[in-house]
Amino acid sequence: MISAHGFGDPGKMKEYHYTGPVEHRFSPYAFNGGTVLAVAGEDFAIVASDTRLSEGYSIHSRDSPKCYKLTDTTVIGCSGFHGDCLTLTKIIDARLKMYKHSNNKSMTSGAIAAMLSTILYGRRFFPYYVYNIIGGLDEHGKGAVYSFDPVGSYQRDTYKAGGSASAMLQPLLDNQIGFKNMEGVQHVPLTQDKAVQLVKDVFISAAERDVYTGDALRVCVITKEGINEQTIPLRKD
Amino acid sequence: VNSRHSVERRDPCRKYLLSTKHISVINDKRNVVLESSLSELGYKAPIARKTGTTIAGIVYKDGVILGADTRATDDMVVADKNCMKIHYIAPNIYCCGAGVAADAEITTQIMASNVELHTLNTGRPPLVAMVTRQLKQMLFRYQGHVGSSLIVGGVDVTGAHLFSVYPHGSYDKLPFLTMGSGAAAAVSIFEDRFKPNMELEEAKQLVNDAIAAGIFCDLGSGSNVDLCVITEAGVEYLRGYDKPTMKGKREGQYRYKPGTTAILTKTITPLSLDVVDESVQIMDTE
Repeated sequence: MISAHGFGDPGKMKEYHYTGPVEHRFSPYAFNGGTVLAVAGEDFAIVASDTRLSEGYSIHSRDSPKCYKLTDTTVIGCSGFHGDCLTLTKIIDARLKMYKHSNNKSMTSGAIAAMLSTILYGRRFFPYYVYNIIGGLDEHGKGAVYSFDPVGSYQRDTYKAGGSASAMLQPLLDNQIGFKNMEGVQHVPLTQDKAVQLVKDVFISAAERDVYTGDALRVCVITKEGINEQTIPLRKD
Repeated sequence: VNSRHSVERRDPCRKYLLSTKHISVINDKRNVVLESSLSELGYKAPIARKTGTTIAGIVYKDGVILGADTRATDDMVVADKNCMKIHYIAPNIYCCGAGVAADAEITTQIMASNVELHTLNTGRPPLVAMVTRQLKQMLFRYQGHVGSSLIVGGVDVTGAHLFSVYPHGSYDKLPFLTMGSGAAAAVSIFEDRFKPNMELEEAKQLVNDAIAAGIFCDLGSGSNVDLCVITEAGVEYLRGYDKPTMKGKREGQYRYKPGTTAILTKTITPLSLDVVDESVQIMDTE
């Protein structure tokens, strides 16, 4: 996966000593924070995100969820630069409509993932500063998660965390869902209730230590019945 | 080439400071080269942890009230959820510190030590103005490299005083002050509701609300509000005066059963020891 360290210049506290003349270029990117998480189960998928939109040390909004509904069976979570998140979701919506009108059917999760990869790579040399995770049901009704990097490299996963607190959440999920680094533990398949509970708990912990994560958590549970959304409060500091 | 001499000739101010032999610039060139070569290789030089902070102080009817949040950050990750930012300087003088955490801590400790020696030397209780003067002289000497922003408040024989001192050595004397990354949020509360000679409860509530504004509106500040009320009678240090944010309740159980961690190798080394005394202490486990 490509590292996206070069993006933007997050608003920092002023440094107190003068290091010499520095040339400032206009940066087209900003980092608006936010964490996204997706989990795939046997017959369900969950996409969750916090709802805080920040920049530098300030908060723009406490109610800006990062999950966007694409079809009845697919939700995408986008975090990173909010401007690019909005434009990218608009483009995906337009392409979904075009596909539906040409092919007389909705796009499947796998198809959306493949399409998103080409959309992102199309901007290889001026990337969308967005970390995407698609969650949904595949053609067989099983849960599917596809995770992307900003330039379109993707793979299908069972679970993935993206965004500012991803480094805190991913190891926890590896342990609790993937049963990594544990011995003698029964590999019980994840039930929907257990998965939702785990997602909530994991975000509560992330909000403790990551300053960009907090305010509220939006959880979208995708089943063959439809998409069920719930919002639970998180720390506001 | 001795870089110290070449700098002297160009800048008269610099020459005065260098001649006091308190600051050495011979490593400046090396540091610049190091940092650029580090960034070429993709590494970052270690940066000092900042407290990202909201600190505030007001003068009220009977003395001063200092307030601070309790979050310490390492870049944008919370390093300490409940640190103490109100430091002791003298029995009647306390100091809130923002900026680089280590600098704020050490500077205030040095001041506390100097103040105690001064008190013993002169036989007089310390003045807030004296602490401020020592602080600004030290910080100016270090030309801003000691990155501590401080709010010093206390009650001495001349009355209640509140000063703010900046890393480069300037200071302000005002009835209300805020500093740190959450200063803007906190000062907005003061500008709205501050009045001279407020009563104790109203004043405590005002400082509390100012720090709370920083906690909620500034990402660098968070957790609890600490207050310190200083009057002629004495000091009331209210640690955790208000806890406007609480950790969410986790629903799941995450304790591991014994044996979950894999044992790869096991070596037993018997130590021949005699049992001299045996005592049992019950541990408090969930």
